Amino acid sequence: MAVGKEIRTKINSIKNTQKITRAMEMVAASKMRKAQERMRASRPYAQKMRNVVDHLAHAHPEYKHPYLEDREANRIGYIVISSDRGLCGGLNSNLFKRTVISMKEWHDQGKEIELCTIGSKSGAFFARLGGNIVAQTAHLGDTPEISELIGVVKVMLDAFNEGRLDRLYVVYNEFVNTMTQAPKVEQLLPVEKKEDKELEHHWDYFYEPEAKDVLDALLVRFIESQVYQGVVENLACEQAARMVAMKSASDNAGDLIGDLQLVYNKARQAAITQEISEIVSGASAV
Amino acid sequence: MAMTIHVDIVSAESEIFSGTAEMVFAPAVMGEVGILPRHAPLLTQLKPGEVRVKNGDTEESFYVSGGMLEVQPHVVTVLSDTAVRAKDIDEAAAIEAKQRAEDALKDKTSEFEYARAQSELAEAVAQLQAIKKLKNRAGR
Repeated sequence: MAVGKEIRTKINSIKNTQKITRAMEMVAASKMRKAQERMRASRPYAQKMRNVVDHLAHAHPEYKHPYLEDREANRIGYIVISSDRGLCGGLNSNLFKRTVISMKEWHDQGKEIELCTIGSKSGAFFARLGGNIVAQTAHLGDTPEISELIGVVKVMLDAFNEGRLDRLYVVYNEFVNTMTQAPKVEQLLPVEKKEDKELEHHWDYFYEPEAKDVLDALLVRFIESQVYQGVVENLACEQAARMVAMKSASDNAGDLIGDLQLVYNKARQAAITQEISEIVSGASAV
Repeated sequence: MAMTIHVDIVSAESEIFSGTAEMVFAPAVMGEVGILPRHAPLLTQLKPGEVRVKNGDTEESFYVSGGMLEVQPHVVTVLSDTAVRAKDIDEAAAIEAKQRAEDALKDKTSEFEYARAQSELAEAVAQLQAIKKLKNRAGR
C-alpha cells in the first residue's frame, strides 16, 4: 500500500537511531562501573599522599619548599580535564563554563593565564577561545595511566618553579552520583593547608637522603596523583553523563515512534475509509 | 603475640596491600631499611626493588619500581610508582606535551575545524529542509 510510505521509512530510521542510542547507553553503563572502580582504586594513594603532605605543611622542616609557600598571584595556570568524545550531555560545556568564569575573575584583575588541556574536547574549546595553551594531551582512553600525565604536569610544574606561574588550578568534573556531576576547580599549587584537629600532634620526619630531594619527589608525585585522580573521576563522570544522555535519547526516540505510529495508523485508516466510500458511491451510481 | 605495625602499599592506580606485619623491609635509596613497630617518623625515597612484609615465618614480597616510604610509629606507607621515572624520560614527556599544544595551534584543519564544518553543514541542511517544507506548503 502506498499510503504513509514516508512515515514508515521515518519510523524505521528512528528505530535504527534508537538501537544505536540504546547500545551506547549499555556500553556507557558497563564502562561507568569500571571507571568507578578505578576511581576507588586510586583514592587510597591520593589520600595517603594528602596526609603526608598535610603533615609536611604543618611540620617545620629546615627546608621550606616553594610549593608549600603562598606567594602573590600574578600568573595563573589551569589544568583543564575534559572527555575525548562528545555525546555526553552538557558535561563538557558545564565544565568549560565553570572554567571560563573562574578564568574571567583572574583576567579582570589583570592576571595572565596559561592553560594545559587534557582531553581533546578541552583542547579544541580553548584553542577556539584563543586561550594560551602551553601543554596538551588527549586520547588517554578508558584506562588512563599516570605515565601519560607526567609530561603535561611537568610543563606546569616547571613553569611554577621558574616563577612563570604563581597559582595552579585543576578543573574536572566531580562524580557526585550517577545522575549528578559537578564541575570543580581545585587549587593545586601552592598546596593548601588543611586545618585538621587530628594533626594536632604533628612531628617532623627524618629525611633520607635530604629533605629537599625527598620533598621534591614527594610533591611532584602528589600533584600528579591529584591530576590523575581528576582524570579518572572525570572519566567516570563522562560515562555516567553519556549513559543518562543516551537513556533520554532512547526514551525520546520511543516517544517519537509512538507519535509517528499514531499518525501512520490514522493515515492508513483514512485511506481505507476513502477507498470504501469510493466503491460504495461507485456501486450506488451504477 | 608479637608487636605488629600496620602496612599499606599503594600505587597511584590501585591499592596493592593493606595489613599488619611484624617487620617491613624496603629498598630505600640509601640502602635497604628494615622497619619495626615504633620506628621514628621517616620519609625516604625508594629505588626499584622488593618490599618485603614479614609475619612470623611467612614473608610476602612486592616489587616496586621506586616511590616513597613514609614511616610513622604504627603505620608504614609505601607509595609506589607505577611509571618508570627518570629525569630525561620526564623531560622528554614534557617536551612532547608542549609540542602537541603547538601543533594543535598550528594545525587549523584539526578536529575543531572539522567540528565547525560539521555544525555549518547541519545548519545548511536544516535551512534546506525548512525551504522544502515551505515550498510543499505553497504547492498544495
